Amino acid sequence: MRRLTLRAVLLALVAPVGALVFAALVCAVILVLTDHSPAGTVEAMVNSAQRPRTLVNSLNSATNYYLSAVAVAIGFRMNLFNIGVDGQYRMAALLAAGFAGATFMDSLPAVFRIATTIILAMAVGAAWAGIAAVLKVTRGVSEVISTIMLNAIATYLGQYLLLRLAVPVAGSNNIGTRPITEGGQVPGFDYPGSTSKVYGLVLLAVAVGVVYWFVMSRTRFGFDLKATGMSETAAVASGVSVRRMVLYSMLLSGGVAGLVGMPQLLGSAHSYSLDFPAGLGFIGIAVALLGRNHPAGMALAALLWGVLDNSANSLDVAGVPKEIVAIMQGVIVLSVVIAYELVRRYKVRVEQNRVGKALGTTTLPAEVAAV
Amino acid sequence: MTATGLSVGVETAPARRGGRLRGRWYLLIALGAIAVVSLVRLVTGADDLTSSGTVAAALTAAVPIAMAGLGGLWAERAGVVNIGLEGMMVLGTWGAGYAGYQWGPWAGLVFGLLLGALGGLLHAVATVTFGVDHIISGVAINLLAPGAALFLSKQYFSNAPGGGQKQSPPVDDAPRVSVPGLSSALGDLERKDWFLVSDAAGLLRGLTVEVSMLTILAALLLVGTLYVLWRTPFGLRLRSCGEAPVAAESLGVNVYKYKYYAVVGSGAFAGLGGAILAISSSQFRDGQTGGRGFIGLAAMIFGNWRPGGLAVGAGLFGYTDAMQLRGSGAVHALLLLLAIGLLVIAALQWRAGRTVIASVAAVLGVAFGLWFGTTDELPAELVGSAPYVVTLLVLALASQRLRPPKADGKIYRRGETG
Repeated sequence: MRRLTLRAVLLALVAPVGALVFAALVCAVILVLTDHSPAGTVEAMVNSAQRPRTLVNSLNSATNYYLSAVAVAIGFRMNLFNIGVDGQYRMAALLAAGFAGATFMDSLPAVFRIATTIILAMAVGAAWAGIAAVLKVTRGVSEVISTIMLNAIATYLGQYLLLRLAVPVAGSNNIGTRPITEGGQVPGFDYPGSTSKVYGLVLLAVAVGVVYWFVMSRTRFGFDLKATGMSETAAVASGVSVRRMVLYSMLLSGGVAGLVGMPQLLGSAHSYSLDFPAGLGFIGIAVALLGRNHPAGMALAALLWGVLDNSANSLDVAGVPKEIVAIMQGVIVLSVVIAYELVRRYKVRVEQNRVGKALGTTTLPAEVAAV
Repeated sequence: MTATGLSVGVETAPARRGGRLRGRWYLLIALGAIAVVSLVRLVTGADDLTSSGTVAAALTAAVPIAMAGLGGLWAERAGVVNIGLEGMMVLGTWGAGYAGYQWGPWAGLVFGLLLGALGGLLHAVATVTFGVDHIISGVAINLLAPGAALFLSKQYFSNAPGGGQKQSPPVDDAPRVSVPGLSSALGDLERKDWFLVSDAAGLLRGLTVEVSMLTILAALLLVGTLYVLWRTPFGLRLRSCGEAPVAAESLGVNVYKYKYYAVVGSGAFAGLGGAILAISSSQFRDGQTGGRGFIGLAAMIFGNWRPGGLAVGAGLFGYTDAMQLRGSGAVHALLLLLAIGLLVIAALQWRAGRTVIASVAAVLGVAFGLWFGTTDELPAELVGSAPYVVTLLVLALASQRLRPPKADGKIYRRGETG
């Protein structure tokens, strides 16, 4: 067990907080250079963030981001890069929407409809990720490359399938799957002062987070998974079948990725259409990095991302391009990984110092001091 | 998180029997490929397969892909994986729009290149100096760059004449040149509809008439890369950083410096690709790259981390891109080409004694053949996925022929042996 000292807590916090401050500074400089007022921008965002509607939308966005982040984190924990969460989520949402909206579903009991829809979404996500997993274990194809390719294929295949599943959306040029009727929808929670509701499936996200925590820190499977991520050779030596772990974790990651679209599909959209957001998988990567694959850390990061995204919508009205938030998010991701690396090096140096002192030889080689 | 990923399932490439293929073999293979395409054209009647119009469109589409691929090649040859190519390309498109509408296409080209190089510098600082995982840094750049481009677009193009929130004012096209005296003669030949001859004429005409200076520049850069990386001491040192950085360092190569050169250069190539894309579609638009950075990466893998192979890959992917705009008959004929390609792979793998892979390839080939035989057209939505499907198939069925740089994607820190 690690001891929870003040020093350890500070070291854990310094990287994310430092990255946030740095990103805010960079954005302030950009705003000043482009003749905007940083203070005015912050004010507009803070004002917007306090509106009940923005809060609800932020929480809803965070639900999607969190699920996506957990999907990414399952891979990250064992050194697998599932860049393909994006494609897995879109394939899953599309097919699940087509299934849930089908006419034969209308007369079935609500619980059955919702459960089968969610299970189908997980199965589709897992299957799409499974292609990358099989290529990895049988042919050694890098999952980074194969999932990038599968994302693109999902885009085109999605268009093709949508054109065949779709019905016109009333009152717009958009097309979508047949809307899910009332019995198949998941009711949301009311929030005072807001017309939009909190997704009912926010509970699903919480459950996924709890299961993720339990599996990772309390089961043999989670241990094997993390061990494989830290040292493949050591894991093999202790009897872990890396092939099987790759297959399982990729399928699991894809299964969770399949859930990403569910809160929105069953909670508010009720139909998969062309305007379903792309890029959720990449947001998941950012959130997982910022939250260090930790269930609670990722929840905080997802909320931050949700608030940033939703309060940015007021910026265009204030005359500041809202993409300043996208820039900020990008800078956060880049600087947080750099900060984690610097903290890691610092810890190594402290450890070397400590060992050096304990052994009675405090003179360190020059190269260590230069690290 | 450490770099490199898991090594499970990776097959190491055995040493090649015999030497490398000689020049005339390549010529024979190229002729054979044209013959096959020509035959498919005769069988299907899809004349657009080899018309000069298609070839010219394919060339235009291939150039940005090839530049992105070259960007990937420079970085990965020095051992740094760059999936931020897409983002750097986006920066290039914006730069070309910004400078292009004010000072002309060449200024746009230079500005796009510089912005791409800036993206490369960011990647280099993160990966080389700070030892951040290459994939993560690339993802971050892909998040950052489109946001930055759209921010700048709203800032500088909204009130410009002919511009908008998400697009730049029009940019002039770069000048075009033709080889004198060929156009009409080749055009006549092309219309004769002779086996092989008309196809070759169409190909030549597409490659020699009204060619953009940008395309010529790209071709020169391709050859230049081949020369610099494989024929100069600088290139040898750079590649040694991608194969065995520790050994290189011990022989006096400043690995960090070479990685910086390579990654900044990589960004410059990607930016150039973006700039060419924007100039040849006469403005910057938000979302213009449409994943071409990733296709460039795919072209590089398809080309086995070599400039020549990369050019073939870019040409092939540019060709499928161009086909999307042609008639559905031509698109449908692509299925037959894919089936033939798979059967060739099956035969080669069978000869090499890999019966399982050969069977999988054969089954897939027959399936595509059946798809061709039992349908009359291929849905246009699916055509765009061709580059990605082909790359996956190559990776799945012919990966033992691929040989990436040995230390590709590994984090290198001076004084640590990894």
